[in-house]
Formats: sequence, C-alpha cells, structure tokens
Amino acid sequence: MELLIFYPLALVSVILALFVVFNKSPIGSAVCLIGMMLGLAGVFILLQAHFLAILQIIVYAGAIMVLFMFVIMLLNLKDDDTKWKIRERNIFLSSATGVLIVGILYKIIDVTTDTKFDSPATVPDNFGTVEVVGTALFTDFVLPFEVASILLLAAMVGAVVLAKSKVD
Amino acid sequence: MIAAPEIDLISLAPVLVLSVFTMLVMLIDLFVGKNKSVLVFVALTGLLLAAVSSFAKTDWPVSSFGGSYVVDHMSVFFTMIFCLSSGLAILLSVDYNKRENIRVGEYYSLIMFCTVGMIILASSTDLIMIFLGIEIVSLCLYVLAGIRRGDTRSNEAALKYFLLGAFATGFLLYGMTLLYGATGTTKLAGIAEALSHAEVLSQPILVMGVVLLIAGFGFKVASVPFHMWTPDVYQGAPTPVTAFMAVGPKAAAFAAFFRVFTTAMPELAPTWEVLLSIIAVTTMFVGNLGAIMQTNIKRLLAYSSISHAGYILIAIIAKGSLATSALLFYMLSYTFMTFGAFSIVILLGRAGKENLELEDYSGLGFKAPLLGLAMSVFLLSLGGLPPLAGFVAKFYIFQAALNEGYVILVVLAVLNSAISLYYYLKVIVFMYMKEPKGDFQISLTPITLIIIIIGLIGTVQLGLFPGPVISLAHP
Amino acid sequence: MLESYTGAAILLLIATAIAVGMVVATTILGPKRQFADKMEPFECGESQLVSPYQRFSVKFYLVAVLFILFDIEAVFLFPWAILYKKLGLFGLIEMMVFLLILGVGLMYVWIRGGLDWE
Repeated sequence: MELLIFYPLALVSVILALFVVFNKSPIGSAVCLIGMMLGLAGVFILLQAHFLAILQIIVYAGAIMVLFMFVIMLLNLKDDDTKWKIRERNIFLSSATGVLIVGILYKIIDVTTDTKFDSPATVPDNFGTVEVVGTALFTDFVLPFEVASILLLAAMVGAVVLAKSKVD
Repeated sequence: MIAAPEIDLISLAPVLVLSVFTMLVMLIDLFVGKNKSVLVFVALTGLLLAAVSSFAKTDWPVSSFGGSYVVDHMSVFFTMIFCLSSGLAILLSVDYNKRENIRVGEYYSLIMFCTVGMIILASSTDLIMIFLGIEIVSLCLYVLAGIRRGDTRSNEAALKYFLLGAFATGFLLYGMTLLYGATGTTKLAGIAEALSHAEVLSQPILVMGVVLLIAGFGFKVASVPFHMWTPDVYQGAPTPVTAFMAVGPKAAAFAAFFRVFTTAMPELAPTWEVLLSIIAVTTMFVGNLGAIMQTNIKRLLAYSSISHAGYILIAIIAKGSLATSALLFYMLSYTFMTFGAFSIVILLGRAGKENLELEDYSGLGFKAPLLGLAMSVFLLSLGGLPPLAGFVAKFYIFQAALNEGYVILVVLAVLNSAISLYYYLKVIVFMYMKEPKGDFQISLTPITLIIIIIGLIGTVQLGLFPGPVISLAHP
Repeated sequence: MLESYTGAAILLLIATAIAVGMVVATTILGPKRQFADKMEPFECGESQLVSPYQRFSVKFYLVAVLFILFDIEAVFLFPWAILYKKLGLFGLIEMMVFLLILGVGLMYVWIRGGLDWE
C-alpha cells in the first residue's frame, strides 16, 4: 500500500526534477521545482515526518520559491539569455561529475541492499509528529532555538542594508 | 508536563550581553540624529562588557545545556580575541566610514552580530550550534563585504563570497548530517563516545562526512583549494571589514574546526591527519607563491592570510594541549599584526583614491618615517622574524607539531616562512628604497594612532615577553 | 499506519471535486455570450502585449526576504502552540524571548522604512 503511493510520488518528483534542469525558461524551472518540492513533502509524509512535510510546503514551496521568482524577475533576463547555454569546455568536468555521481549511487545501493537494512529499526508511533519535534526543540535544543532568532535578526538587518532602495 | 531543561545563563553571559548591546546599537541608530558617534561608545562598551562577562564562570571547564555549550580556557581566550578584534574593527571604521560615506548604524550592529556568532562558534560543542554560529558569522560578512553598494568591486566581493559561501555551508551541513547519521548524536562528546565503538568507526559514510567537513571548514578559514574567493573578497570589501575578516571570523572558524576535529573525532585522526597535512602544505605554498606576484597591497595581505591559515592548520594536526595554546597565541598575535598593517593601509587612502598599489608606498619610509617603521614592524612580524610576535607564534606551533613528530610538516612550514619574507620585504623595499611618486596626504587622527600603537605594543610585547600570555593560553 | 490519513485523503478528494465541479458546472450551465474583449485572457486589467520578462524592482526582493524571515518565525510557533499546555511557564518565557528578539527586528525594519513602498 505504501509503495503504491510512494512510486507515483517519487516518479513525479524525479520527472519534475529533470524538468527543472532541462526547462528552457528559468520561470518554468522554478514552477517545476515547486512541484518537485510538493512531491518531496509527500515522501516525507510517507516516512512519518509530518512536521518536515509541512515545513517543506510552507517554507520551501511557499516562501523560498516566491523569492526565487522575484530574483528571476529582478535579473530581468532577456529573451535569448533565458535559454541555458551549454559550455563546451565544461564537458570534461560534467562527465567526470557524472561518473562520480554514478559511482556514489552504486555505492549507496551496494550499502543499502546489505542485509543490515532489510529490517529497519521500528520507529515509535508518534515519530516525526509536530509534538515530538516540538518537545525536542524546546528542551534539548532550546539554545539553538533561541540562537536562531539572533540569526533571523541579523538577516533582517542585512536584507534592509542591501535592498532598501533609498538610503537616507 | 514536559520538564524544563537546565538553563545556564551565566555561562551564556558574553553572548547575552553582546546581543543586548547589538540591539541597543540598532535601535539607538534609529533615534539619534546625524551625529552617530554615540554608537561607537555603545558598541565598544558592549564589547568590553562581553569580554569581562566571559569570566563570569571561573571553574573551567563548565559544560551546560546538555553538553552543547562550554566555557573553558579556549572559549574565554577566543572571546577576548573576538572582542578585541571587533573593537579594533569598529575603531578603524570610524574615519573610514566618514570618508566613504557608509551608513554606520547597521555597520556596527552587523560587526557585533558577527561577534555574537563568533563567540557561539568558539564555545559550542554541538554540531547544530556550530552550524548556527557559522551562519550568523557568514551572513554578517556577506553583507559587510557588500556594504558599499555603489562600488562594483564591493558588489563583486559580496556576491562571490555569498555564492561560494553558501555552497561551502551546504558541504559543511552535509558533512555534519553524515556524522550525525553515523553516530546518532550532534554533541561532540557524544560523537567521540560513539566513535570509540568499532562497528560505528568502520562505517564508510564517516569518511565522506569528514571530507565534507574539511571542505566546509576549509572554505571558512580560506585554505587551498577552497581559497579562490579570498583575494577578490579581501580586495573588494571595505578595508576595515577586510582586516576584521582576516582576524575575527577566521579565528572563530579555526576554533570550531579545532574543536570538532580534536574533541569529536580523535578516533578518526589517521584519516583526517593525512588530508589536513596535504591541505596545510598546499595552502602555505599557494598562499606564499601567490603573494609574491601581487602588486595590490590588499591582495598581497589576502594571500598572506591564506598562507597563515596553512601554518595554523598545523596546530589542528598536532592536536594536544600544547597545540591549543599555540593556536590561541597565534590568533592573538595575528590580530595585532594584521590590524596594525591594515590601519596603515587605510591611513594612506583618501576619498576617491585608496592608494592600494605597492607603487603608492614608494618612499613612505622617508616621508613619514614613523609610519614606515610601524608598517615594517607589522610586516616583519607577519613574516615571522624574531623578536616579534609572529616569530614566537610560529615557533610555538612548530614546537607543538614537533612534539607530536610531524618533522616534515615543520620543515616545509619553515621553508615557507622564508619564502614569505620575500614579499613582506618587497613592500619594505618599496617604502625605503624607491623615490616617492606623489606626496602623501596623511591625516593621522587620534583613533588611528591609537590602533597603530595598540598593534605595535601587542606585536612587540608578545614577541619579547610572551610568557604571561602563554601561561594564560595554557589550560 | 496509512489508515490515519484516510481523513486527509477524503478532504483532498472533496476539495479537488469541488474545484473541478465548479469549473465544469460553469462551463455547462453558464450562458455563452462571446465577444472580442471577453475572449482575451484577463490579466488584472493589464495590457497583454508586453514582454513577460519585465524587470521587477528590488523592493519586491526586500519584501520577499522579510516574508521568508517571518515565515520561519511562524513555523516555530506551530509546535509551540501544540505543546503550549505541556510546556507551561517555561515554554511561554522561551517563546516570548524569541518573539521579543524578532520584535526588535520588526521594529527596526518598520522605523527604518523597510515596510514602506516608497
């Protein structure tokens, strides 16, 4: 039953991810990326990571993709610039990277088909719920939680400094 | 009910004090009029109080927040260095910002935010905290590098630093994830404990995690082959920011680098020692050979800072308590020499013309003998000549490495020290042996004078009488 | 474990059915009076004959960044709201500190004019 949901989701995500790479226009790529992130959120739900799935949708598919769109519009690519150009001299590097990735994938499959992974550890019923994540966040990781607010504050100042159009 | 976790605000005192003062600077800036000099006082008071409050706990080492934050001699010493370097950076910027028309309110608060991040970075013993610290520091630096929005070089610096830095942070985070996946904990002590079991230690993903961590930290400390950004960013950023970047954030990244590798992964040392040794040697060579070819003083100092990263990496390879104190001593003396050198670089510039080419230094030695002498002292100290601070600092690192038996590494490092003297002397040759090209319009303000004097005192004092500071740096 | 998602799945189905149903129903039931202006794609009153690649002002970017930052802040509120009763006073103080720090940020952005369009 789970696999019945997983495979279509994973297939759609992979296809959309390929579209992100092969799409001719950056806006189209960004839209495909949103779809891919939604698919990924579905995979997270199947893994019982509900909170992560919601985060994926709210923060990534929502906020960050809006920023992507604005940046694409801000760069104001002209018609001919919107088509990705393949640079010939990078063929060597790209093929080397490709070989590397295939190697890593092979190794991952090799390791994960090991008998050790046949019976994954049973997870508790409430694993990945907002409650459990929240409990960890507000007890064990209370310090990182508060420090994150400093990070956000610094980011706010930085955004205003760099993007506020009129400096008084 | 969920039981409240233990909260140790006293351990956290420097971070708290500095955060409050940073917000004060932010808000005061909004309400004072044109005259912003009060901000300098508030900022410096905050840094001073933060430095003092780091002694709130005296029975080192104190671990708090379930082992994710620690106050020990290393974190306290680093907090001192950070407060000192940020204070110097703020003082150095006072005249510069007036000259270059930079809005100061955000500038000071970003430097202070960065300092908060650095203190967190040097005191954390948890991967998540270290990540957050690195993010705070980098975020502030991206903005500070590009704070001269009208200047294309500044824009280039910010963009380059941001794009590459974001990638490096990704590597770092991925490395941390793999480490967490293999050991099941983010606490450094917990990781070390987990790695003492043979079945955990034999996992292949650990090696990948270590490699990615080295890539991430290697970028932050500007070591080869992750150094490409350094010359461009150092050149494009406002000069006080360059000085700050070369000292504070670099020291913070080294603190975290050192902590993660020596406390969490001593079991994996055979793996990362080889890798780090190769990186250290190439960093020294690339930095020094690159510096020889530079004609711009900021790029020269950028390459010099790359080579210094190579020497400091030796301290991480050497591990041990002697290496810790060598690292601390090195970072402190590096602070004095670097700020001294950069303050003179700033002094020679004026609005619209920064005078950054080596040619512009021709004849400085006769026209302004004392400035020339001061610059020579800083450069020779950077080159590691006795009896200056740079020599003692290098000596301690080499000694720590020799004690652990890394003879070849030390030989190569000494060789590099000799190479480095070539380009430091080249600047001095320009200053004393060439005819002046134009007249120098040097307006020495009291603040700059103070910084140069602090730099000189530090450089000479640490060179002649290193004893007290070393005993302070020793655990 | 998938049974627990039955409710969510039904909700999803009903929502889709309503949306599709509305479109289908208007197509079938609605009167069909076609004239030139109406058949043009409607774009909030904007003329359609412009390049889609117009340069956006950097102001949009600032809005988007601030949106992300406060969005992340809101995300932290979800688990806190769910655990509010269990966490008690400690949780309240913790979240208030968090909100206070970001409140300083909001105040800064506001006074500095980051929220103004001009």
